[in-house]
Amino acid sequence: MTALDKPLRASARSARTSRRGTSVALAMLTPAALLMAVFLIVPIVLTFGLAFTNSRLISPVPAKFVLFDNFFRLFGSDTFWHSLLNTVIFAVIIVPLQSGVALGLALLVNGKFRGTNFFRTVYFLPVVTSMVVVSMLWMFLYQQDGLINVLLAKVGITGPDWLGDPRTALFAIIVMSTWQGVGFHMIVWLSGLQTIPAELYEAAAIDGANKWQQFANVTWPGLRSTRTLILITITISAFALFTQVNIMTQGGPLDATSTIVFQAVRTGFQQQQTGYASAISLVFFVLVLLVNLVQRYLTRDKEVSR
Amino acid sequence: MIPFKKIAVGLLATALTLSLGACSKGGSTSTAAAGSPADVSLWTHNAGNKAELGAIQTIVDDYNASQTKYKVNLQAFPQDSYNQSVVAAAAAKKLPCVLDIDQPNVSNWAWAGYLAPLTGMDDLLGKYMPSTVAKWNGKTYAYGYYDVALTWVARKSVLTKYGIRIPTIDAPWTAAEFADVAKKLKAGGEWTNPIDMMTGGSGEWWPYGYSPQLQSFGGDLINRTDYKTADGALNGDKAVAWAKWFAGLVNDGYMAKKSGADPQADFLNGKSALLWTGSWAGTPVRAKLADDAVFLPPIDFGNGPKVGGGSWTWGASTNCANAQGAQDYLKFAAGDKYVTKVAKDTTNIPATDAAAAAIPGYEAGGINDIFRQYSKKFTVLRPETPGYSYIATEFAKAAQDILNGAEPKATLDTAVKNIDANQAANNYFQ
Repeated sequence: MTALDKPLRASARSARTSRRGTSVALAMLTPAALLMAVFLIVPIVLTFGLAFTNSRLISPVPAKFVLFDNFFRLFGSDTFWHSLLNTVIFAVIIVPLQSGVALGLALLVNGKFRGTNFFRTVYFLPVVTSMVVVSMLWMFLYQQDGLINVLLAKVGITGPDWLGDPRTALFAIIVMSTWQGVGFHMIVWLSGLQTIPAELYEAAAIDGANKWQQFANVTWPGLRSTRTLILITITISAFALFTQVNIMTQGGPLDATSTIVFQAVRTGFQQQQTGYASAISLVFFVLVLLVNLVQRYLTRDKEVSR
Repeated sequence: MIPFKKIAVGLLATALTLSLGACSKGGSTSTAAAGSPADVSLWTHNAGNKAELGAIQTIVDDYNASQTKYKVNLQAFPQDSYNQSVVAAAAAKKLPCVLDIDQPNVSNWAWAGYLAPLTGMDDLLGKYMPSTVAKWNGKTYAYGYYDVALTWVARKSVLTKYGIRIPTIDAPWTAAEFADVAKKLKAGGEWTNPIDMMTGGSGEWWPYGYSPQLQSFGGDLINRTDYKTADGALNGDKAVAWAKWFAGLVNDGYMAKKSGADPQADFLNGKSALLWTGSWAGTPVRAKLADDAVFLPPIDFGNGPKVGGGSWTWGASTNCANAQGAQDYLKFAAGDKYVTKVAKDTTNIPATDAAAAAIPGYEAGGINDIFRQYSKKFTVLRPETPGYSYIATEFAKAAQDILNGAEPKATLDTAVKNIDANQAANNYFQ
């Protein structure tokens, strides 16, 4: 009887504690879940619904369902295709550029020498500066008679009006965005680098591997998971390009820097066409989803084959 | 998605704070003893603008002291988020009783049912300059204490040096004369771009600053007979002529495609010879150049010189428990005394003759009187249609694209197509 009693009681106690554990977990989850639902899930669901209406920001007339009108109009708009192309160009260039430069910087500041922390801080400074401030500063640098062109003039080059010329505006924004964001990804790379055990390098050195062989065979494989993280975060932030454009060029000149998010905000708030802006956001959502699914598929595939 | 989300969050947060504010206010009224004055809430965009906010606070204090029936409560918002706050409040049915409105938004908000017409004020407002009284569909919805005007700023010494006639309000420069002025200044070699029209500006500056020139050519943003289409007005021969002139200033090297960050400082530092700006430049420019500064009238491109008009105006909302109090306050606040106070404190053009006479500089022959005359003589209001905010964005984009080398006729045609579609999609705001 007593022998039977003990485990029974014990299991009852553990069931009780686990029930209590569950309710505590639920209680702790609630605030976050509630906030996520109110500020993320509900707006997204609303966006999906609004995309099929002619809803307006300010109007006494209730919104009507218009089926796919917004999408027909969107796909027939030159500005949309320009915006899509600019977004894709931006992402395709900035992902390798920013991650590459960040990796280079991380390798530089990973060494053990005097002043490492100084350089780490310097490279990280732009990240903690607001993008709005950075954009304003770079606008001055990029002016026709700004610092960059003055320096170029010293070596005999007449610089273009960087942000005012359709051929250079997007490039100028890419360079400035890389400068601003590179510090963050440098830190992520750095954390990845420091997880690689020093013995591996010692072993490689004993085997006679030179620096490049060490990088290709020890460092690079050791950064697998860091790489995936960086790839996905840069891609998402590249697609969401907005602040720089809004402050520096307002999508101009001649749509050369218009992006999908910029077009959505302009349409929804300045032009008050909530329904149409929702349709743009929906297209954007699908695009980001597709790109991420592809990325996830590619990165997972390699892990399986290993 | 992410910025959009942020804005949605911001809007919701605004709405939340507003409703909380309203709750606490409601609470205080209910606990107040019977017979105490009824609350009339008032919103203004002036937070951070000491001069104007102080003037409005004075009016509110005077009103509250003048009677015991109503008590006006002032709440100030920063200008950048003011319009969003009003729109969010309207959606939540939490609009204040009295609010100030940027003039081009009045017809949009009146159409949306945010604003109640002002009644019994025709006598008072008859003394106001037409550009300071906002009307839509035959009803008056708001009035403003002041206006601003557009002007060409130059140095007298520079114009004399190049043998350029100093134009007057009765004899402004003609298109041909201006072309000659630009050529002479450029040939002088003192400036890379002698003319600065603040083309680095953004948003509302484009329609405000440049549509008067379009109108002087004989074009317009939309046909004002029935506000149904922009066809012919914004893409007719005269509008195309304007576009070619505008782009020509850049192509001929007279003007920068995008002016510097501070065109007024550039002008004062001698980096440009002619600056197209507003009457707000009067005080700072005179402080530096004294008597050498001249404020010239707009160019006459054939249809007479034109300047934009309409600034911040005051109106009543439809969502007010004490609507009578709102109208009463607005009547009280429309007196010459307060026009004088606000216009003087903000150094803008006063809306009434009596106020002008009372403000040093704006009296007949005063140094600022010229701005008031431009405003009275040349003002064309921005189109009073609820579709204006859309028209403004389309015009701004078209003008920017044209400066950047887009084909004028095709660009204006696209703008017309979009504007017409928007007017039609809203059933012409009937």
